[in-house]
Amino acid sequence: MSELLINPGVEMRDAQHELHHFRLRLGIATMFVIVMFALLFVRFMYLQIVMHDHYHTLAEANRISILPIVPNRGIIVDRNGVVLAHNYSAYTLEVTPSKVEDLESTIEEISTLVEITPRDRRRFKKLLEESKRFESLPIRTRLTDEEIARFAANRYRFPGIDVRARLFRQYPQGELFSHVIGHIGRINQKDLEKLENEGRDSNYRGTDYIGKTGLEYTYEDQLHGTTGVEQVEVDSGGRAVRSLSRTSPISGSNLVLKLDARLQEVVSRAFGDRRGALVAIEPETGGVLAFVSKPGFDPNLFVDGIDPQNWNELNTSPDKPMVNRALAGTYPPGSTFKPFMALAALTYGKRTPGQAISDPGFYNFGGHHFRDDKPGGHGLVDMYKSIVVSCDTYYYQLANDLGIDAISRFMGQLGFGSRTGIDLAGESAGVLPSQEWKMRRFKQKWYAGETISIGIGQGYNSYTPLQLALATATVANNGVMFRPHIVNYVEEVHTRQRSLIEPKPIRDLNLKPEHVAVIKNAMVGVNREGTSARAFAGAPYTNAGKTGTAQVVGLKGEKYVESRVAERFRDHALFIAYAPADRPTIALAVIVENSGFGARAAAPIARQVFDYWLTGKEPTKPVKDDDDAPEH
Amino acid sequence: MPPSIRRIGRFFTAHLDFPLLGAIVLLMATGLIVLYSASNASLARVSSQMMNMLVALGVMWVFANIPPHYLMRLSVPVYVVGLLLLLGVALFGEVVNGARRWLHVGVTRIQPSEIMKIAAPLMLAWYFDRYEATLRLKNYIFGAVLLIVPVAFIARQPDLGTAVLIFASGCYVLFLAGLSWRVIGGLGLAAGASLPLVWSVLHDYQRQRILTLLDPSQDPLGAGYHTIQSTIAVGSGGLAGKGWLSGSQTHLDFIPERTTDFIFAVFSEEFGLIGIGILLLLLLLVIGRAAAITSNAPTLFSRLMAGAITLTFFTYAFVNMGMVSGILPVVGVPLPLVSYGGTSLVTICLGFGILMSIHTHKKLIQT
Repeated sequence: MSELLINPGVEMRDAQHELHHFRLRLGIATMFVIVMFALLFVRFMYLQIVMHDHYHTLAEANRISILPIVPNRGIIVDRNGVVLAHNYSAYTLEVTPSKVEDLESTIEEISTLVEITPRDRRRFKKLLEESKRFESLPIRTRLTDEEIARFAANRYRFPGIDVRARLFRQYPQGELFSHVIGHIGRINQKDLEKLENEGRDSNYRGTDYIGKTGLEYTYEDQLHGTTGVEQVEVDSGGRAVRSLSRTSPISGSNLVLKLDARLQEVVSRAFGDRRGALVAIEPETGGVLAFVSKPGFDPNLFVDGIDPQNWNELNTSPDKPMVNRALAGTYPPGSTFKPFMALAALTYGKRTPGQAISDPGFYNFGGHHFRDDKPGGHGLVDMYKSIVVSCDTYYYQLANDLGIDAISRFMGQLGFGSRTGIDLAGESAGVLPSQEWKMRRFKQKWYAGETISIGIGQGYNSYTPLQLALATATVANNGVMFRPHIVNYVEEVHTRQRSLIEPKPIRDLNLKPEHVAVIKNAMVGVNREGTSARAFAGAPYTNAGKTGTAQVVGLKGEKYVESRVAERFRDHALFIAYAPADRPTIALAVIVENSGFGARAAAPIARQVFDYWLTGKEPTKPVKDDDDAPEH
Repeated sequence: MPPSIRRIGRFFTAHLDFPLLGAIVLLMATGLIVLYSASNASLARVSSQMMNMLVALGVMWVFANIPPHYLMRLSVPVYVVGLLLLLGVALFGEVVNGARRWLHVGVTRIQPSEIMKIAAPLMLAWYFDRYEATLRLKNYIFGAVLLIVPVAFIARQPDLGTAVLIFASGCYVLFLAGLSWRVIGGLGLAAGASLPLVWSVLHDYQRQRILTLLDPSQDPLGAGYHTIQSTIAVGSGGLAGKGWLSGSQTHLDFIPERTTDFIFAVFSEEFGLIGIGILLLLLLLVIGRAAAITSNAPTLFSRLMAGAITLTFFTYAFVNMGMVSGILPVVGVPLPLVSYGGTSLVTICLGFGILMSIHTHKKLIQT
């Protein structure tokens, strides 16, 4: 009321005018509302009609994710179905480093739930250095059920860490096949580049492992299989919600080998702790029956990335367990070269079987005495005797008569000095000396005197045990040479379709049967009455062989006295053999490093191999060096 | 019908405005339908929202029955208490998600800025009504001060969304109270000129939101994520939408806060442009009816209050839809009557209760 008194004009104001004024303002406001809503509607039209396709595409891209389905890797079995490489499913604890803020402390924390050994940590660190940050890396494999449960309950605390079910490669035979089967390992940058260059990278989406060595490497294509694809709907967290379409992966094919795991074991056991290699080949097919390089290593160490400690051990060991001696180790063949020399002499008409020389215990060439092992010599020596007693003088003279070019040509035919083409990578070619080779290698001309020691398998000669085995098998097979191969056939998992690795004849040397017969007869003689007769005494099958010794260091004119030479500088023992003599089913070459004479260490191993292969008799102990065996 | 029952019925319905109530209920029903989809068919969420709605409608009924002149008497005390509470928040408030918005009062905690949504326009309406006869520029200036003080407090919390809404409601009162066009034009120019100053006092994250609005792709996983994903949801909805319960952006969790502030993105994705058209019409229906009530309100106080409530409702809807469609920065403003959540629902229904009261008590005053 007081207000009215103070402002007497209040009631006088034109209420109607005020109301009109208000309604005008309200009308303007309402128009504003309508205009703003119209603007909004235009905006929605723009988004939903004009730009609809664009946003539709974006929504679909949001929604759909294409996931690779990794195929199961093919398994590898020996000729009898013994598993050499297979897969097992296990849970791993995996870390995606890019999603984890503080790796160290997270790992520390997680180790209170799941045991993480120092070895796991070291291995993880190594993986970390080699990989990209957004990759998921295993820190622990083979989690127990209890560990999975414990982690699952605490999972929310560890973003970027997950348990995944994975297939793991396992090599149940461990060391035994390390150099044949090889191993797989995580795909590294180099592998990736190679896959990209070959246009195979799309098939490896989702795959973490690839064959690194051995058959796993050579047969990678067949073992890997074809990656499947699944289109899934994902939520904003990237989790798959449901499957839209799926193309199943095609499992990798299985490999069935020519190798015999039991035979391999027999070989390995026969070697015991000694270093060396043995390759056994089926002469009629080139199928490899045993392929051993000693010592080996456990390929399982490599599957998830090897930890630095084991890696260093393997790398720095003086025994060089990582070197595949059978494939990449080259050795002078020593006297095992002699039967091939004799065959060359017959083929080129330089000798007849009955042609004999008188051996004074040395061969004189240009005033230099090439010494025979036996002081005073072997007396009258024909071809048969030259092989059986391993007479050096005979071959010094023969080498000189043949000349380096003829030797080189013939030995080249037998596969020496070139890669055999076996289905393993990393093969050495060895050294088959020739005039041309020396010019290329040393820029020097060949001296006739250098030919002499070639005759007894010394000098520049240097071959792999595989080449030696192949040459032996070729002679055993009357001059028809087959490409050595470890895999018998590749079997598709679903169709069971087998593709045979066909025995591929590399060449036929067109040897005269009567020439081959001479050599074979002499090699039978070696095992019956010659240098390796003791090792093969009482064998219930016919057999043939030749011992050899490869010099590790040149002994300038001195007589080699084994006991005086340090173990690592001792000669390598060599032996080549095949059996049964009339229709060979197995031919082999064996080298035992620093073991002295072939007859002492190498021949007894061959005996055990033949015994098992031909009679099924399994030895249980490593062969003992036969210290009473004759030299050579 | 026996007279006693009719009387009881009249007791409940006498102060309700059925056209407005009908439009409100339609919007609420729409909200429940969308919420069912947005919550991945969570009946618990839907029934909890139904409870919220019942409470809100109850509050609306209560306020519809309070005659406007009682409300007028409450204007000053409510405003003062609201201001004190805001001061309390600034001094003793609880920090949640980096913003100081809540205040512990005995057993419960309250958000005083919510009270201000009603208290600020109420205070201004009371003030202009009081000086109706002698309105001069100084009254508008004082009114502006009455408005700026709580808005500044709230903007400092920081709660930009609420500050903008309250500021808008106050401006509507000033505008409807007859602020001269010359002043409005001058203020408009001044506001344009002071934009750099405003920019300088904004928090970093607020600036980021505005920058992100101009180019969401700049920060696709941070501040731009909401805008990008919600425009994808809207745009991919197309003319007819993907259908109820079939929005991939919604159900695969790409839309953030999809039951609350971004529920309109869900609606747009699943019901398309046609659905949006219908929803806009429903909103216009509410606004139109509210405007009609405003237009016929008997006193300046009631006119101003009704106008402020009407236009604030519009502002809610516009800011929310503008945010979802990527033309306004992401501020936490729900879609009125549709978004999940009790607080804003109650505030809005309280406003509509006042509107109904204004409308239904008019006759009583006149008679």
